[in-house]
Amino acid sequence: MPSLKELSKKKELLSGGHRLCPGCGASIIVRQVLLATEDPVVIACATGCLEVATTIYPFTAWRVPWIHCAFENAASTISGVEAAYRSLKRQGKINRKIKFIAFGGDGGTYDIGIQALSGAMERGHDFLYICYDNEAYMNTGIQRSSATPRGAATTTSPAGKAIPEGKQRERKDLTQIIAAHNPPYVAQASPAYYNDLMRKVQKALNMEGPTFLNILSPCPRGWRFEPSQSIQIAKLAVLTGFWPLYEVENGKYRITYRPRQKRPLREWLELQGRFRHLFKEENKEIIEEMQRIVDEREKKLLALAGEEV
Amino acid sequence: MKEKGWKEIPIGGLILEAGNAEKYKTGSWRTFRPVRDEEKCNNCLICWIYCPDSSIIVEEGRIKDVDYAHCKGCGICAVQCPRKAIKMVEEGR
Amino acid sequence: MSKILGLTGDETAAEAMRQINPDVLAAYPITPQTETVQRFSEFVADGVVSTEMVRVESEHSAMSACVGASAAGARTMTATSANGLALMWEIVYIAASYRLPIVMVVVNRALSGPINIHCDHSDSMGARDSGWIQIYSENCQEVYDNLIQAVRIAEDKDVLLPVMVTFDGFIISHAMERVEILEDEEVRKFIGEFKSPHSLLDIDNPVTYGPLDLYDYYFEHKRQQIEAMKKAPSVIRKVGREFKELSGRSYDLMEGYNMEDAELILVAAGSTAGTVKTAVDELREEGVKAGLLKIRVFRPFPYEEIAQALRGAKAVAVLDRSASFGAQGGPLFLEVRSSLFEEDRRSPVINYIYGLGGRDIKVEEIKQVYTHLEEIAQGKKPIELVDCLGVRE
Repeated sequence: MPSLKELSKKKELLSGGHRLCPGCGASIIVRQVLLATEDPVVIACATGCLEVATTIYPFTAWRVPWIHCAFENAASTISGVEAAYRSLKRQGKINRKIKFIAFGGDGGTYDIGIQALSGAMERGHDFLYICYDNEAYMNTGIQRSSATPRGAATTTSPAGKAIPEGKQRERKDLTQIIAAHNPPYVAQASPAYYNDLMRKVQKALNMEGPTFLNILSPCPRGWRFEPSQSIQIAKLAVLTGFWPLYEVENGKYRITYRPRQKRPLREWLELQGRFRHLFKEENKEIIEEMQRIVDEREKKLLALAGEEV
Repeated sequence: MKEKGWKEIPIGGLILEAGNAEKYKTGSWRTFRPVRDEEKCNNCLICWIYCPDSSIIVEEGRIKDVDYAHCKGCGICAVQCPRKAIKMVEEGR
Repeated sequence: MSKILGLTGDETAAEAMRQINPDVLAAYPITPQTETVQRFSEFVADGVVSTEMVRVESEHSAMSACVGASAAGARTMTATSANGLALMWEIVYIAASYRLPIVMVVVNRALSGPINIHCDHSDSMGARDSGWIQIYSENCQEVYDNLIQAVRIAEDKDVLLPVMVTFDGFIISHAMERVEILEDEEVRKFIGEFKSPHSLLDIDNPVTYGPLDLYDYYFEHKRQQIEAMKKAPSVIRKVGREFKELSGRSYDLMEGYNMEDAELILVAAGSTAGTVKTAVDELREEGVKAGLLKIRVFRPFPYEEIAQALRGAKAVAVLDRSASFGAQGGPLFLEVRSSLFEEDRRSPVINYIYGLGGRDIKVEEIKQVYTHLEEIAQGKKPIELVDCLGVRE
């Protein structure tokens, strides 16, 4: 990985003037991803915060070729772009190296977009799918998705008198679902750990075949915290074990960052307004349950990576 | 910006000018602006890698300025600076 | 030297696609389109085409991949029917709004429910407002000719709209007919190279496809689409003229059969037009001044030409192979009637909904329609403005 000084000499491929919220995790992620690219890229983007806020006609913040088609089809749209590239290259009509990236939020990836993603993974297109996971349908007003953690309050799963915990269901482990497609590379990353994130992007792009990155994207508006805290929250998510940083390369698991001392989950929860209701006395069991699930998943992951607890 | 008629714009909803969002000045969103103490700053560029709005201007590996035309004043740079070299100052002061 | 082959509609479509040799094909199987893509897959497997085939996991992904491929400068095709078209409906509109010259085979099949795999026009009629050019084929020869012309029409710089070429499910798709196939080289020369004006793969000129339009620009983008459709008829005729030079077969937006002195006229699209031609032949032998106005291009709708063609009529019946529930009649009827509104003298026009879900329509039934038209022409009032032909009461 080149140093920050070297990277700073590269052209910024996402311009300022986009209208994502101050402190938005997605914009930090996209900047880091684009800085990590070496070859020219073409991007397909699902409907969502990132797509909408960066391309309000007549303005576009993208300095790379970019296409938005619909909400659930970033993966199938990029499949078409990649197929066109393969075809035209084979016919000798194009000869430069181009890589393909699809961006989708958790809405467009875990839920409505999962079919298209699964299909593209199985067909083996040469592309990188990046999910910027902000754990709810943020763009339409913070509604719950299958990526919303249990216990989080969202606008469609608020904490109320009859249902005190907010979202009752555990979140889906999409990284594992995609790993089950046996692609060459699958990984989780956090924008707080930029070297790890950028290294993973480069690794994925240097491979041939379908690759997937799931990147935690803190949302000041939806998670209810001060915009200046985004990176802190992206850091604590990793330090508490809620969002482990690992990669699966051709089926082999590797944890890419192990916090020296694991912090209790509450330290992450208490920074976010969406979990405030959990700190009432009557809800303390929910936090205990959430901690138990985090610990359980950590154990499973360590076992897969062949490491000790 | 004066709005254009249907004959004057590209067909298909295409935007042909890459990165023209630069013309949209989100700096007006700010309540607080980041102010850098040049003495304390050692150009580690951590503020630059974490800025959501590409608003830390770096030249030859050194911080030149903040792009106040686009900086939204989120304050991530101030929180993340390892040397506490950035202060968030209320606009208009 | 053209070849004469015995091919079904699906096989003909596959043959035309082989010669067109699109850069990308993304398709999902649905009866009765299946044989088209299966036959084409054999061409891919044998290396006879340079097409990159994307075996997508749904029709929604098929059209999405087509949008991506076409925006990336590839000549792109797909094929579907009925619920497949319905599933890709959202993206069908998007493909037209991005002005991508995708060519799609639609093997006409009834929309569910209940589920029915047989022929009617509810699928393509359901997409009539999507911004696609729609061309209806009467028989296998027309399937072949229309597909080749569709590529030129779609890619014309004055048009740049996607085109769907339809033909009747099972009736044409699975029945063998005599088809004249041009030489590979002739087709290649006729369609030329696709030069995308703004390709995603043009790295040095990065474009953004699919921005968010607020209320300040969406209308202007739609107005551009309206304009493209206005320009399309002259392009369709131009391509038709060039195709005639190549093949000897002429094509316009409509076809008149025995229309010169026709008094009793049927308007129809698809394979039924062929059945009507047989009925017209028989009635002409009996001295009846019967005629057929066949609609080939439904979008853009040739309203001026239709008004002109029906000027001399004494009575007209429009045959619709789809219903528009709650409307005064079927979609073809409504458009034909609207075309006649400005006329000083309008003949009576009635509507028959027929053939839904593959219900067969026979020459005898068509002759009965002409008999009814005769009664109307003689001043007897029509029983119903809109009726169903061939349904059991």
